[in-house]
Amino acid sequence: MRKTSAILAATLLMAGAAWAEPPAPGEVMFEDGAVMDSLTGVPGDVANGRELMNKGSGNCIACHEVSALSDLPFHGEIGPMLDGVADRWSEAEIRGIVTNAKKMFPESMMPSFYKSTGYIRPGDAYTGKAAEEPLPPLLTAQEIEDVVAFLMTLKEE
Amino acid sequence: MLRACAPSLAAMAAVLGLAAAPALAQPDEDELVINGETEIVTETEAPDHMEYLDTIYSGWRFRADETQALEMDDFDNPAMIFVDEAADVWNTVEGAAGESCASCHGDVSTFEGLTASMPKVDEDGELVVMEDLINECRTERMEADAWKWSGIDMQSMIALIGVQSRGMPMNVAIDGPAAPFWEQGKEMYYTRYGQLELSCANCHEDNYGYMIRADHLSQGQINGFPTYRLKQATLISRHNRFRGCIRDTRAETFAEGSDAFRALELYVASRGNGLSVETPAVRN
Repeated sequence: MRKTSAILAATLLMAGAAWAEPPAPGEVMFEDGAVMDSLTGVPGDVANGRELMNKGSGNCIACHEVSALSDLPFHGEIGPMLDGVADRWSEAEIRGIVTNAKKMFPESMMPSFYKSTGYIRPGDAYTGKAAEEPLPPLLTAQEIEDVVAFLMTLKEE
Repeated sequence: MLRACAPSLAAMAAVLGLAAAPALAQPDEDELVINGETEIVTETEAPDHMEYLDTIYSGWRFRADETQALEMDDFDNPAMIFVDEAADVWNTVEGAAGESCASCHGDVSTFEGLTASMPKVDEDGELVVMEDLINECRTERMEADAWKWSGIDMQSMIALIGVQSRGMPMNVAIDGPAAPFWEQGKEMYYTRYGQLELSCANCHEDNYGYMIRADHLSQGQINGFPTYRLKQATLISRHNRFRGCIRDTRAETFAEGSDAFRALELYVASRGNGLSVETPAVRN
């Protein structure tokens, strides 16, 4: 992992702000459940993050209520409400939770959105059929950044 | 209701006072009496083997009033047409042996109580569910073709047999020869399958009563199966529902009629010991 960081740092020096390649799901560096650096170096797209909250493999509001998304129907109640989430958590912590919440909360029910191996009976999306690991992660590295960017707008103070 | 050893995000949210207004966070207080005469136990003390829940509830208690109403009178219950058709099939000779169900078993009411004890281990030491018993009769005694596991003819017959026990408490055996199958089913219940890494318990033990998107999570009891699902407008088998739930964790699911699902059926049925047999229930 240290070697990966060195490569990333070297790449950063060469490429300026943007990574050449985002880290593979297994190579993301966590610190107490947080991920300090952007996975891509490309700023997240708030509008796309908002979209991902509601659909596809994001579908965050299946479990979380978000007042800023009250135009969308059927918010779930399983996870904590996300209003003001950016007041309670740093960007690095939010990135860590969206990437793989189980690093911070080992028993969490929340799916790990940037993870590709280590599953029990991994399937091919919702077909019920088997799939070989590594699976495509539920969200791409940039989609993680987009969701993080949207969540960072949820401030109450 | 939340497992003490495994605080979920919901539990932490509750501690922090962050949970959404729990308008539907519990089962309702309604009581189920079918046809004004058959009292159905929809809430009772959890069986001793359950470590994390004190009270068990029928899925009926989590449904909206208009859905609940469909089950309160057999004239309104859309599944009863299938039960009536099965009653005709009961008396119909089929297969090379020239037998009907009735020619061996007489009136279907002789099966009163059977559903409350299913699944169970047979004389050969195999765990069998109702589909197995019916297909054994069809192929060996009637010399007729086996029915498909979740086919409407099979599930209608299971509902007809189930109605003979309606109102009786579920009471499946989990000890003796059933014990290893029960342990296998329990292991499955707590296994986090698929890319979403969800176990049965994540939704139906830790978070029943809460909304997941538009669905009000129940305890996943199967005392009402075969169940008429309005979404599919037909009778749904227990294994079909298991298959769909595990598929929806983005997992390689199990097959209907697999030994794995027989074991899971035994375990899940045992979590409902004390609730009434309720088939054919009506759900979303």
